Amino acid sequence: MNVPENLKYTESHEWIRVEGDVAVIGITDYAQDALGDIVYVEMPDADLAVTKGDEAVNIESVKVAEAVYAPVSGAVKDINDDLEETPELINKDAYGTFIYSIAMSDPSELDGYMDAAGYKAFLEAQE
Amino acid sequence: MIPYLPHSEAEIEAMLKKIGVSSIEDLFSDVPEAVRFSKPLNMPDSMAEADVFSEMGRMAEMNKTKLLFTGGGQYDHAIPSVVPHLTGRSEFVTAYTPYQPEMSQGILQVLFEFQSAIAEITGLPVSNASLYDGHTAASEACTMALNARRKAHIMLVAGTIHPHTWTVLNSYFGDLDVELVKLQETAGRVELKTLTAALEKDGDKVAGVLVQTPNFYGALEDLSGWGDAVHEAGAKLIISAHPLSLGVLTSPAEWGADIAIGDTQPLGLPPYFGGPSAGYIAWDKSMMRRKPGRIVGETTDAEGKRAFVLTLQAREQHIKRERATSNICSNQSLAALANTIYMVAIGPGGFSEVSERNLNAAASLRVRLTGDLKLEDYSGGAVFNEFTVKIPVSREKWLAPFEAAGIAPGFFPNNLDSSLPENLFTIAVTEKRTAAELERYIECAREALG
Amino acid sequence: MKIEPDQLTAFEGTRPGAPGYRFPDADIPTGKASVPGTLRRKTPAALPELSEIETVRHFTNLSRRNFGVDLGFYPLGSCTMKYNPKLNEDTAALSGFSALHPLQSDEDSQGVLEMNGRLIEGLCEITGMAGGTLQPMAGAHGEFTGMKLFRAAFRARREEKRTRLLIPDSSHGTNPASAHLAGFDVVTIPSGADGMLDPSALDPYLDDTLAGIMLTNPSTLGLFETSIQEVADKIHGAGGLLYYDGANLNAVMGRTRPGDMGFDVVHINLHKTFSTPHGGGGPGAGPVLVKEDLLPFLPVPVMVKAGDGWKRDWDRPQSIGKVSGWYGNTAVLVRAFTYMLSMGGNGLKRASDLAVLNANYLLASLKDVYNAPYPGPCKHEFVLSAKKLKDTTGIAAMDIAKGLVENGIHPPTVYFPLIVHECMMIEPTETETKDSLDHFVDVMKELRELADTDPEALHQMPQSTVVRRVDEVRAARSPVLSHMMIGDRPD
Repeated sequence: MNVPENLKYTESHEWIRVEGDVAVIGITDYAQDALGDIVYVEMPDADLAVTKGDEAVNIESVKVAEAVYAPVSGAVKDINDDLEETPELINKDAYGTFIYSIAMSDPSELDGYMDAAGYKAFLEAQE
Repeated sequence: MIPYLPHSEAEIEAMLKKIGVSSIEDLFSDVPEAVRFSKPLNMPDSMAEADVFSEMGRMAEMNKTKLLFTGGGQYDHAIPSVVPHLTGRSEFVTAYTPYQPEMSQGILQVLFEFQSAIAEITGLPVSNASLYDGHTAASEACTMALNARRKAHIMLVAGTIHPHTWTVLNSYFGDLDVELVKLQETAGRVELKTLTAALEKDGDKVAGVLVQTPNFYGALEDLSGWGDAVHEAGAKLIISAHPLSLGVLTSPAEWGADIAIGDTQPLGLPPYFGGPSAGYIAWDKSMMRRKPGRIVGETTDAEGKRAFVLTLQAREQHIKRERATSNICSNQSLAALANTIYMVAIGPGGFSEVSERNLNAAASLRVRLTGDLKLEDYSGGAVFNEFTVKIPVSREKWLAPFEAAGIAPGFFPNNLDSSLPENLFTIAVTEKRTAAELERYIECAREALG
Repeated sequence: MKIEPDQLTAFEGTRPGAPGYRFPDADIPTGKASVPGTLRRKTPAALPELSEIETVRHFTNLSRRNFGVDLGFYPLGSCTMKYNPKLNEDTAALSGFSALHPLQSDEDSQGVLEMNGRLIEGLCEITGMAGGTLQPMAGAHGEFTGMKLFRAAFRARREEKRTRLLIPDSSHGTNPASAHLAGFDVVTIPSGADGMLDPSALDPYLDDTLAGIMLTNPSTLGLFETSIQEVADKIHGAGGLLYYDGANLNAVMGRTRPGDMGFDVVHINLHKTFSTPHGGGGPGAGPVLVKEDLLPFLPVPVMVKAGDGWKRDWDRPQSIGKVSGWYGNTAVLVRAFTYMLSMGGNGLKRASDLAVLNANYLLASLKDVYNAPYPGPCKHEFVLSAKKLKDTTGIAAMDIAKGLVENGIHPPTVYFPLIVHECMMIEPTETETKDSLDHFVDVMKELRELADTDPEALHQMPQSTVVRRVDEVRAARSPVLSHMMIGDRPD
């Protein structure tokens, strides 16, 4: 499984790319593979205030619908408009396709998350 | 000998041999002694089918079926002969849920046509392959509205809906963080100002508004302004309607509804002591994926040919960390089949015609009862096929002549909701009732009123 | 998109001016209704216009593109696709039942009330329970009702903090959904390596926040949970309740009873165990039965004896209310009761015996052909795994399923339960002949061989059905859900 070095990872298989005060969020290759063909991505409203752990996004594949949780608190900044017409971009390139971003209110919330090595080990333990 | 168990003794022996045990008992040896049921079941032994039919016939005959002027959610409508014959095709009857689409194009296409017909009569394009009944459809619709608006936990519910719907809603939402607020009636209807006052009071905590028309008394609610008021408040409008009323009366879409629901019993199904029928639900495209239950979609197969398939299944039984979800796993498929055949059999002309006939039949009796017999009208204004009057004599006195004449004359709303006045009586007149039957009704009423 | 003529919907076949249903001449004087224009619809509903013969051909032809138990084998695990007796259709058609209105009096309804009452009595005897309700319209609906009964019981005991419900990882998807809908928090209990419930897995949860456990027995793997008494003792000891999902009742009638195992609330799927037809997905019925101390909470009305007859009892202040509009799917209940009379106590036990015999016969015949994670003996169903097959040949459970479709046999349940990879769950039921089972084994062996010799052929199956494998991704990505939405087609 592909696990890029420069990202942070959550136990619910989201990746986070930190750009200053903004957390850019997507799902990992492992997650998109488990989901299967993605058919729809339900986005949050722009500027929506979120608390860490809130259900922010919903991803639907043919067989399952999974929540993507806000890994940090803050306000929704950008959403990836391309996913409305072509949600399958996530399947094709999970790390190159962001889903949404959050302007963080408390960047220290990032501290608990895994780095690439940690996530690789986490995945191995899952098998 | 039991005809449904087709094995011969020789076959059973051969099978036991293949398995490697000496008797069927051995296959239950892992059931712990303490929970074994070691005596015969305390019930009669098997019976031949002629005897069973006799016994069931005896019970059927104990039921006193009557000339029906009783409605309250189940109606005596005409059923074209094609409906039971086509519904009885065993390829439909003995099929399972169409999870293997290649073997189930028949039922999948029927359900697609059901969804299409419901879309036409309600005016809302997205429908599903049916729910359990109209009352549970109301709870599914409320769930959709609640899930569509974050942090909104209130549903405003017209006080003129069927009491059983109100009871079912309370049963569904009673253990969840949802508040059901009744919009009080004014003389048999709910007024726009009652709605706007409630919306003003609770603002963005209101997820949706549920109203039924024709309502429980049979009265047609005038929903002018409701769509605007509800949408301005950021909530969803849910309208519950008797499907045959939609032949000539304003459709939910025309009223501005976001969701339309109802019970499909009038579409080709007999009253059958209340079940089964199906619940219909249709909604606006903006909420397309918020669907409850099963839904059939059109797609293509490996050769680019049209094919129908169950779709949007990811949401079935999906647990979300929200206050409400749906656990509905099945639909009333065979009932929906009957409904579809009915709607195709009567066609658009028949659909308008049956609707007009209901309007006319009820109005006819209503004019006689309130005019000649001077019963006080309660429903006021326009009605569809049901209306409510006030009975000035005791219940026994009112019902006795009808009982003797084999007529089910209607029902007391108070029997379903004890907070309603005891003297209200609701009468249904469908397209099946003839002039002679109406005369019989009038005679009984005359006798009752003395 | 290629559309064959017999795939046209009734909407597409509409023929303006075609005569429809003829109503009798109206003899009620017209013009009495005055409905203002504001209440009249502006755009009529565009239903299809077909003549009677076109209607009949349309739906008859559609029925011939459908597969039912009357046509062939349908070994869907946990669905109990047994034969639907035609006698049941005759009794369900009796107008004494069908023309009765639910608001008619108890005096008018003695026949159906007696039938309902005797049906509950019979179901109670089979399951070892004290009373129940026929209102739920399906298994999942029964589960929801059962969960509401749990809540009511805890409320009465002032133990509302009992919100944690345990559910094994092998359970049906509706189980946690039903629990969640009733306001419970679901905890998933992992199965042991032998596929069975491990009672010690319950220990961390045996406190005063425990609501109870939701189980089926035999499990979805077709294995009898032999530790059930220990499980019941633990749950009851901690003040919780046990719920029985009756989906697998067909394995044990007359042999053991959920009530005797310690269950407090039980639902039964009449469309599974009691032969009522599935109808393409419903209507079914999911009666719920309870132990003595939960009787006060049953939905209203409850059928009770009154003198020589029966009545509907609405006066039950602790009732959870109603879970459906009337009294349940009466037409389904008539069929189930007819079946109960036909089979009798001895017949129902024999049915379970032969259901278990049939399943074990298939397991013995197939365990060396496919991989059987639990090689037996089983109860009324068993699972096979195509995981190794997939790893070596690329042929998955889905491909075997499509191979069966090609051979005119309905596939078993696939990909459930989730704890077995590439799972195929097979339940033959007792109404299948040995010849039918032997034929199934032959076809399964042929498909296994094809997996080795010509896997591509399997990937291409089915070939001879009216449509080939369908594009589920397209259906979900670009939904076209009605004739009104045809314009939304992606091409």
